Amino acid sequence: MKVVVAVKRVLDYNVKPRVRSDGSGLDLANVKMSMNPFDEIAMEEAVRLKEAGVATEVIAVSCGTTQSQETLRTALAMGADRAILVETSAELQPLAVAKLLKAIVDREAPGLILLGKQAIDDDANQTGQMLAALAGLPQATFASKVSVEGDRLIVAREVDGGEETLSLPMPAVVTSDLRLNEPRYVSLPNIMKAKKKPMETVTPDMLGVDVAPRLQTLHVEEPATRKAGVRVPDVAALLGALRDEAKVL
Amino acid sequence: MAILVIAEHDNRALSAVTLNVIAAASRIDATQIHVLVAGSGARAVAVEAAKLASVNTVLLADAPHLEAQIAEHVEATVLTIAKSYSHVLLAASSQGKNLAPRIAAKLDVAQIGDIVEVVDADTFKRPIYAGNAIATVRSVDPIKVLTVRRTAFDPLAAQDTSAGLEEIAAAADGNSAQLVSRTLATRDRPELGQAATVVSGGRGLGSSQNFKDVLEPLADKLGAALGASRAAVDAGFAPNDAQVGQTGKIVAPQLYVAVGISGAIQHLAGMKDSKVIVAINKDAEAPIFSVADYGLVGDLFEIVPEMVAGV
Repeated sequence: MKVVVAVKRVLDYNVKPRVRSDGSGLDLANVKMSMNPFDEIAMEEAVRLKEAGVATEVIAVSCGTTQSQETLRTALAMGADRAILVETSAELQPLAVAKLLKAIVDREAPGLILLGKQAIDDDANQTGQMLAALAGLPQATFASKVSVEGDRLIVAREVDGGEETLSLPMPAVVTSDLRLNEPRYVSLPNIMKAKKKPMETVTPDMLGVDVAPRLQTLHVEEPATRKAGVRVPDVAALLGALRDEAKVL
Repeated sequence: MAILVIAEHDNRALSAVTLNVIAAASRIDATQIHVLVAGSGARAVAVEAAKLASVNTVLLADAPHLEAQIAEHVEATVLTIAKSYSHVLLAASSQGKNLAPRIAAKLDVAQIGDIVEVVDADTFKRPIYAGNAIATVRSVDPIKVLTVRRTAFDPLAAQDTSAGLEEIAAAADGNSAQLVSRTLATRDRPELGQAATVVSGGRGLGSSQNFKDVLEPLADKLGAALGASRAAVDAGFAPNDAQVGQTGKIVAPQLYVAVGISGAIQHLAGMKDSKVIVAINKDAEAPIFSVADYGLVGDLFEIVPEMVAGV
């Protein structure tokens, strides 16, 4: 079974995002970029499936600029067998990425497509679900455990107030939640090996996909900050303030 | 054109979050709001929805295969009616986020997630970068599919009106997932997303036993829901679904008590819209104090029991 994993290059999660003062967006010049953490978890799961003998080939796919090659090299160092870059400098929104991924899925015919549940830049949480809908595949989002039983995929997923388990016919689309696994650190030998693994580059045109944005970002601003509060000396003062001042007790 | 709100429910009762979603819908255009209840044996939910202010029509799609409300089936049902609406609104809950992108993709339109403000019928504000920035976005699509962050819209006041109730056909998707099991935590205290008071614990609690022995009595005394920081969840002190933060629950109660939580950006993104924030931490430099209305520096193991005794 082939597994396709979608990975996105985003601002590193340790870097504090800075809003440009002209309101045009985030300042991403000269800052560290990394693989989206949820995609890293998806990638790890695919590699584990291969190590367990369930997956035969792991293909990492990224849609974006030339620099996304770095993210794909990381995926290859983690254990992907080959990589596909859908290269474009256009702004890509979730619907466009889902269409690009569908074109790749049509071509590669994987048994499983793994994605992170959301990217930590636009926080959209849409691409996996959109891909599943467009490809006519069943979906299991927010996965915390994935296993293959016969010809079905069993996925435990995190939902508000608890957990549920789904059984899906394959091929299927799964998006990873935080606790699906802990991604491995990539070793230097694997980074070296990754440089020799195949990476193919295609374009949205070659895949016949129109990636024109459907949303215009008019303005990006810093969120309103809370006013600094007060320090209270002890519990009695705290309870007094909550009772008399804030009136929440 | 009318606005469609997809109700959230468990086939027995309407989930309170739907009232926040209807409130957001009425900010866009309050003249025609329809509510879809898709489920099995869910007529009582539809009757409940028909009594809400601002709701003109309730549509009930009732069929056995909709009982588990699997996204593929609900999406197929929504698709049978979606094209007669200008907007389709869902909660930005695990259910809404699971479903909304499917609807948008099938309609070939963008989906706008987690909206916190309606600017006009085409323009919305939503947080990006874990709440570190707010983007104003405008959709150029004919139908807007939106998920609504509940804490940004006050729930609709209850009103004993009576909207029309129509039954519509339930559609099915042949290639869907099947529910094997669903375990929802038993609710002996208010649900985290809906509680007026939340008591949250962080790594400072030290163990799951302390979470139980120190924090729970305070939550009991305040009638509060229990939350946790990601650090506390990762350390196994509290269950996954208690996590407050960008990757967990977004809460905005009247009172949020953060105990032994340092205040990572990730956590602040999930609670900074609370009305009153209390922080208790032994580290006077902890970032949580920068968002707290009332900060108390000291040993939580002394402070919390004293609070329990004093409330």
